[in-house]
Amino acid sequence: MATQTVAAPAAEHYLTINNIEVIYDHVILVLKGVSLDVPKGKIVALLGANGAGKTTTLKAISNLLHAERGDVTKGSVEFKGSRVDQLTPNELVKRGVIQVMEGRHCFGHLTIEENLLTGAYTRSISRSALKENLEKVYHYFPRLKTRRGSQAGYTSGGEQQMCVIGRALMAKPEMILLDEPSMGLAPQIVEEIFEIVRDLNSQENVSFLLAEQNTMMALRYADFGYILENGRVVMEGGAEDLRSNEDVKEFYLGISSSGRKSFKDIKHYRRRKRWLS
Amino acid sequence: MYALVALGFVLIYKASGVFNFAQGAMVYLAALSVVGCMEQGAPLWLAIILAFVIMTLFGIATEKFVLRKLVNQPPITLFMATIGLAFFHRRLGADRVRQPATCPGSRHRRRADRGHSRFVEHGDFQVRLGRGRSGGPAGDYASAVLPVHPDRPSLRAVADDHQAALSIGIPLQHIWAIVWGIAGFVALVAGMMWGARNGVQYALTFTALKALPVLIIGGFTSVPGAIVGGLIIGASEKLAEIYLPPVMQSMFGGNFGGIEGWFPYVLALFFLLVRPEGLFGEKHIDRV
Repeated sequence: MATQTVAAPAAEHYLTINNIEVIYDHVILVLKGVSLDVPKGKIVALLGANGAGKTTTLKAISNLLHAERGDVTKGSVEFKGSRVDQLTPNELVKRGVIQVMEGRHCFGHLTIEENLLTGAYTRSISRSALKENLEKVYHYFPRLKTRRGSQAGYTSGGEQQMCVIGRALMAKPEMILLDEPSMGLAPQIVEEIFEIVRDLNSQENVSFLLAEQNTMMALRYADFGYILENGRVVMEGGAEDLRSNEDVKEFYLGISSSGRKSFKDIKHYRRRKRWLS
Repeated sequence: MYALVALGFVLIYKASGVFNFAQGAMVYLAALSVVGCMEQGAPLWLAIILAFVIMTLFGIATEKFVLRKLVNQPPITLFMATIGLAFFHRRLGADRVRQPATCPGSRHRRRADRGHSRFVEHGDFQVRLGRGRSGGPAGDYASAVLPVHPDRPSLRAVADDHQAALSIGIPLQHIWAIVWGIAGFVALVAGMMWGARNGVQYALTFTALKALPVLIIGGFTSVPGAIVGGLIIGASEKLAEIYLPPVMQSMFGGNFGGIEGWFPYVLALFFLLVRPEGLFGEKHIDRV
């Protein structure tokens, strides 16, 4: 079994996932010991192919697994030094960790603004503070302001994605688990969303754990990256290092040192060696 | 009165997006608990409070043992669960009066009727119930005292997408428990009113069926819709009973009676053709 000696990118432990194992329906082993670290105020990308376990990792952190009959059977999740794996999603949101789910789960029948307001459910704040918060979200997502009165179900995919991120922001999180924001969106919109994520990160000091298929894009905006494969972390490092890494280039970006290659020439042996080590 | 039963449906539908098949059985159970408590010699007010406690506990138990396991399952699963609950409630209602559930007749109806007659003795209460018959004031009252207002976005959010609601920290479990508790309370009021008029009997569970056209007309997701729909159904079926038979007789010949029984359904069918989401219902959102 691959054991990761956690090379923590920063000294301070913020969100720490320690060797978790996740089983769905008591039989399907999805995560086989994943450890990762998200330092405060950074963007960490979680990369990997379909079925590698990115979403499961995020859900294991946010405790939404139970709704899908999944269970964390081993390991622990710590946030700011205390274990959070037994908390309900509600308590977790109160502590500042919120997940933005994959696939734009807007509340279709509510207007954009109502969607945003439900995001503040866990906070008991005054009306003026709520309004201020709303304005802040509109400041980051000017598109939402123009669509504030329309039902979320009728807005475009990009607007819906912005709406769910904005909704998460209304809970005033310290840490957002962002699951595949690029799904099904035009590259330009994706770029816009990533720019906003970066702004939020630098100006509001929100940390992000970002699960993405779009490796190139994610590594451009992230500080660190982890690559998952079959429920294990097979590679980790600074975003720059990963981007220039030959293996990553070849497996995920389709570029290799000797120009384009046919798929059958892909170096399998290296991958296998990594698993066994 | 139909409105009251329909109100229970609407509440549950709004909070979980399913049609609660057990509402009729809950009405029955609630009415039986009142009667049962009174049989034990409790005064009316105490019986009502006890029944309320029982129904609330039921709501909480339902959430704990049934719904919690079904978060994020397809609506049809929840729907089936409510059917199961309906049988459970019915049986429980029958057992409360020590009657084999298999024959919902004779002895327990007699006992229940005895309770019923005692129930009716409380004339003053009866008058108030009579005034509430339209369902209007009672419905308003119910929506006024709800701890979670049915039009709060959070509640509608839960109905739209369970998991997303969970992810932004809405405690689904609490909301469901509260809503089922309130639905139980509404069932209690409805059960008492029906019971006072027709006697507490097994047939109460079928009031649920009459609530269906009310819902279709008013819209599944709207509290005012349930009240207005109830008024429309209640008034129109009586009017139809009086005025339609002569007309139909002259048109088709033969003897027409019992129009009251089917008229609401025809009306609902008509509404389905013209306005499928009901008068106040939410439109189904489709993206093209």
